[in-house]
Amino acid sequence: MHVSIQQLNKSFGPVRANQDITIAFAAGQIHGILGENGAGKSTLMKLLSGVYKPDSGQIFINGTAVTLGTPRLAVQIGIGMVGQDPLDVPVFDVLENIACGLQMPNDADIRQQIIHWSTTLGFPLQPDQRMRDLTVGQRQQVEIVRLLIAGSDVLILDEPTTGITAAQVAALFAALKTIVATGKTVLFVTHKLDEIVALCDTVTVLRAGQLVGTQLAMPISKEAMLTAMFGEFLTHPQVPANPISTDAPRWQLHDTLLHDTTFVLGPLNLSLPKGMIIGLAGLEGSGQRVFMHHLAGTAHPDRGHVHFNGQPLMRANPLVAWLPADRLHEGIIGAMSLSEHVLLMRDSLLAPHQTAHAKAAQLIADYAIKATPDMPLQQLSGGNQQRAMLALIPESAQGILLEHPTRGLDTVSAMAIWQRLQVRRDNGATVLFFSADLSEVMQYSDAVLVFFGGQVSRLLARDSLSEEALAALIGGVGFAEVSA
Amino acid sequence: MKTQFVALRTPVIAMGVALAITAVLLLLAGADVFAAFGVLLGGALTTPSRISDMLMLLAPLLLCAVGLTASFAAGQYNLGIEGQMTVGGVAAMWWLRGYQDGSPVILYWIGAVLCGMLMGAVWAMLVALLKRYMHVSEIFAGLGFNFVALGLALYLVFGPWKRPGVASMSGTEPLADALWLPTLTGTRLTLITPILAIVMLAIVWRLIRHTHWGLQVRACGLSALASVRMGVPATRRTFEAMALCGACAGMAGALQVIGVYHSLVPNVASGIGLMGLLVALLVRADVRWVALVALFFAIITSGSIQLPLALSIDSSISGVLQGLIVLAIIVARARRGEEAA
Amino acid sequence: MNWTQLLTDIAAIIAVSAPLIIATMGIYLSERAGVINLSVDGSMLLAGMTGFAVAYTTNSLILGFVAAALVGGLIAALIAYLGVSLRISQTAIGFVLALLCTDLSSFLGNPYVQQTGPAVPAWPILGLTTIPVLGQLLFSHDAVIYLSLILVPLLAWWIMRTRSGLIVRGLGERPDALFARGIDVIRWRYVMVIVGGVLIGLAGAAYTLDLKQGWTYRHMAGTGWIALAIVIFGAWRPWRILLGCYFFAALQTMASRLQDNAWQIPTQVLQVAPFVVMILVLAVVNSLGAPELQRWINRLPMPLRRVIRFLTSPAPAALGHPFIQQ
Repeated sequence: MHVSIQQLNKSFGPVRANQDITIAFAAGQIHGILGENGAGKSTLMKLLSGVYKPDSGQIFINGTAVTLGTPRLAVQIGIGMVGQDPLDVPVFDVLENIACGLQMPNDADIRQQIIHWSTTLGFPLQPDQRMRDLTVGQRQQVEIVRLLIAGSDVLILDEPTTGITAAQVAALFAALKTIVATGKTVLFVTHKLDEIVALCDTVTVLRAGQLVGTQLAMPISKEAMLTAMFGEFLTHPQVPANPISTDAPRWQLHDTLLHDTTFVLGPLNLSLPKGMIIGLAGLEGSGQRVFMHHLAGTAHPDRGHVHFNGQPLMRANPLVAWLPADRLHEGIIGAMSLSEHVLLMRDSLLAPHQTAHAKAAQLIADYAIKATPDMPLQQLSGGNQQRAMLALIPESAQGILLEHPTRGLDTVSAMAIWQRLQVRRDNGATVLFFSADLSEVMQYSDAVLVFFGGQVSRLLARDSLSEEALAALIGGVGFAEVSA
Repeated sequence: MKTQFVALRTPVIAMGVALAITAVLLLLAGADVFAAFGVLLGGALTTPSRISDMLMLLAPLLLCAVGLTASFAAGQYNLGIEGQMTVGGVAAMWWLRGYQDGSPVILYWIGAVLCGMLMGAVWAMLVALLKRYMHVSEIFAGLGFNFVALGLALYLVFGPWKRPGVASMSGTEPLADALWLPTLTGTRLTLITPILAIVMLAIVWRLIRHTHWGLQVRACGLSALASVRMGVPATRRTFEAMALCGACAGMAGALQVIGVYHSLVPNVASGIGLMGLLVALLVRADVRWVALVALFFAIITSGSIQLPLALSIDSSISGVLQGLIVLAIIVARARRGEEAA
Repeated sequence: MNWTQLLTDIAAIIAVSAPLIIATMGIYLSERAGVINLSVDGSMLLAGMTGFAVAYTTNSLILGFVAAALVGGLIAALIAYLGVSLRISQTAIGFVLALLCTDLSSFLGNPYVQQTGPAVPAWPILGLTTIPVLGQLLFSHDAVIYLSLILVPLLAWWIMRTRSGLIVRGLGERPDALFARGIDVIRWRYVMVIVGGVLIGLAGAAYTLDLKQGWTYRHMAGTGWIALAIVIFGAWRPWRILLGCYFFAALQTMASRLQDNAWQIPTQVLQVAPFVVMILVLAVVNSLGAPELQRWINRLPMPLRRVIRFLTSPAPAALGHPFIQQ
């Protein structure tokens, strides 16, 4: 199916997320959509799949103008999207998840179709598996099969390689090539150049909501793509990694068995040194969260102890700060201001408002937060909320645990966040973070821990790894050699 | 000026809608609408004795509503307030039964109120316990304990504490005259009750709005997870806020026993707690408005008692009017985008 | 206790629980679609009163039930508008409406207190009543009770086995996923809440026109709250909800049995006892699902674990959360 877009515009408040986008995608090809975080890729794809309504502009399918604006219309026309977090129902099994909302009345037919498509595409899917038992990569495969059974001719994939194993990436790429061979169109959204090179027939580059390169036929040099993405040539500044020190460790685990309600991790033997940034790599749900909860002291091991500065950690320790990804739900209190947060974290019977106000103003200046001390934090942008959360970490903190520290932030905010964290590291704090984005792990960690199959690797020096090697490790390939 | 006008306009329209619907209902029931509104809005204020009756309703209502602003601040729907009031009455009665002629009365009054507060707090903590450790929604835990409290009161009234010879819904044997709270001559008004209610209002307001404790309670109400992350002892604060609410309700129950019924009646709460919930829903955690709204609701409720005799209309129209006002205001807020789920 | 007595009691339990079953099924439909209708207690009273008043005035049972269904549906439509469209806290509006409708039923029902109106006639199913045991248990009742008997298997089949039932389950679990599949989440939720409200209304009329004929102030106040609790107790599974309804009815039957007992428990206490026991059982069952306990439960032998799993399953994930279209 041939898709073309003319003069498409979409704004959110003052932010022009998409400006005058005019572009055409030929059928039977894989089209790469490239751009950094916040360039407007996701907005464009959501406009195409009907999640957003455009402010102005038109979309043509096979030459005829169509009205989009609801997913229902997009489904009817045959455009389907696989999001970063696949939109499925966790309690359903694969068959139910695919059947839900489908016009095909007979379950047996759907079952047969599932088997047909999974065989064709090389996805190992069983119709009776529960969605909640699947990995992100498998859920993505279910979504692709679902869209194909629903008759989609245009498949949009939004950053599909985030959080999946190297083997799943290979399977995905092969499947996408099979799909376009039948005359369907694939739009592949990513910020990774290697993927464009490996997979796409054309590439379209977005920068700050505008098209900067349209329908460039591959192959194109990476340098040319980078120039288009960032305006001028810009290499990722490779931060030199600190060596793994052997001083008295910050955290220590001896034959420790960690758990939550469903998950067991270990037994683990680990020493995490002072003054390092340690990246946790692994598929989502491989135990990183359990691990962090135990390091924070909010969960307790089944066997053994977690030692912090040589002392067993029995309860939440004020020297350890934990920054969750779901900021507005678990991180900060949206309806309260920065001053109130400052007050909240202090112990005093009567609340002295003036001092808190001054302290908040100081933090706002130090961390370049776009806010006033009395503004409810929910009114801030994601990047500013993250800065506020970082600013609220007490100076005395010796351990900082972060979950997806820069998810959803633009490059400038992400770099600012990392700058502050590096300062904390240089002052002796140990920073642990996990991120689904392996390039972030590679870029900022001094050392890496790999999570796989209920086990954790030994501490691996960043410089001993490559991103490809890491992608293989999180899928378990070669994990035995690095396990502790 | 202009912004103030806009801020006031929505609630005024909402009130108008509520009154209009009530008028239609009164018409449906074949009543003289103006006369009915006259009695509803003014009937409680016509004679000193009626004013004193209204104040005697206002006091426990205010106590409940004040307590509920604390539990609401902690994010809890304390539907168990009626039960907390009931056990407050039971505990007060238990204490007062120890009275013998000649004992210092003041000791028994203070003791009864303290017993009521303690028991109400315990009852509220049970709900909090069930919610925190057994994952029972506080709404159903509260309702459950309302039934338990009612069962307890019924058992005592019809069992061990029954009036010699006859057991009836009208309650246990009346307290000795000396234990009745002194009233203003010619009325049923005991000045100490409304005063205590105002004192509690001031204390709770101060606690919630101007202390670190109150800030932490409000933080727990807004997001328990985030509060815990920032080192707030969320479980403790939630329990404390619930206990404070239970104590206020228990005090109300105790005062009903000493000052109004002069015995333990099974229905010592008589819907006052639920009315308090309506007040608290209307003002949310903003303590400033509690007194005003409670006063308004007390006037309507007291006034409505005259309706059956004066105009042959059922008195439950007061509850209808209150419900409509709360609903209309909540909707008005939502349309302005203030009310979040 | 002898065999005949037991049969009579069980038949009575089946009859007594009929309105409760209808109400819980209404709640079930609404909550499966992700919307809490907390107004049930008031809705049932207002609908029951209206049903009785209409039947009394027109002398038509059918019109009475239709009116009750309409009232239940209207209140539910209001909840849908406020909770689904305006996205106001479903707890707040449900609670206010529960109180409001209760008072409204007292106010408008005033003329009908203690009147004798029409009642649903007994309707034994000829030919089937003579079947031993089952005849007495299942086929010697009236239309309302038959409805309660059909409703559970019907809804269980619909929700768990059909494509539209699948959509309803999805609505309560992850509405965004359904929206992406082209399903009009808002409209579906409206329909489910209103259909649920209609059942709740019918349940009200089942009291005033059948089980507890007539009208008094707060005629069956409290049952709505129990119905809501039973749906939680039943973990949003129709057969377990049915079990909960029969359990509560059995408690009530037992309580009325105990009235002429040797322990001299006052009648008034016995009347509230079933409510107390029901809530306590709810608490215990609920606590079995607490995450803190899972580690201990996992160490129990398998059959026991199965029983616990059967009793505890989590609420629909999106229950009470409004759907916000991006």
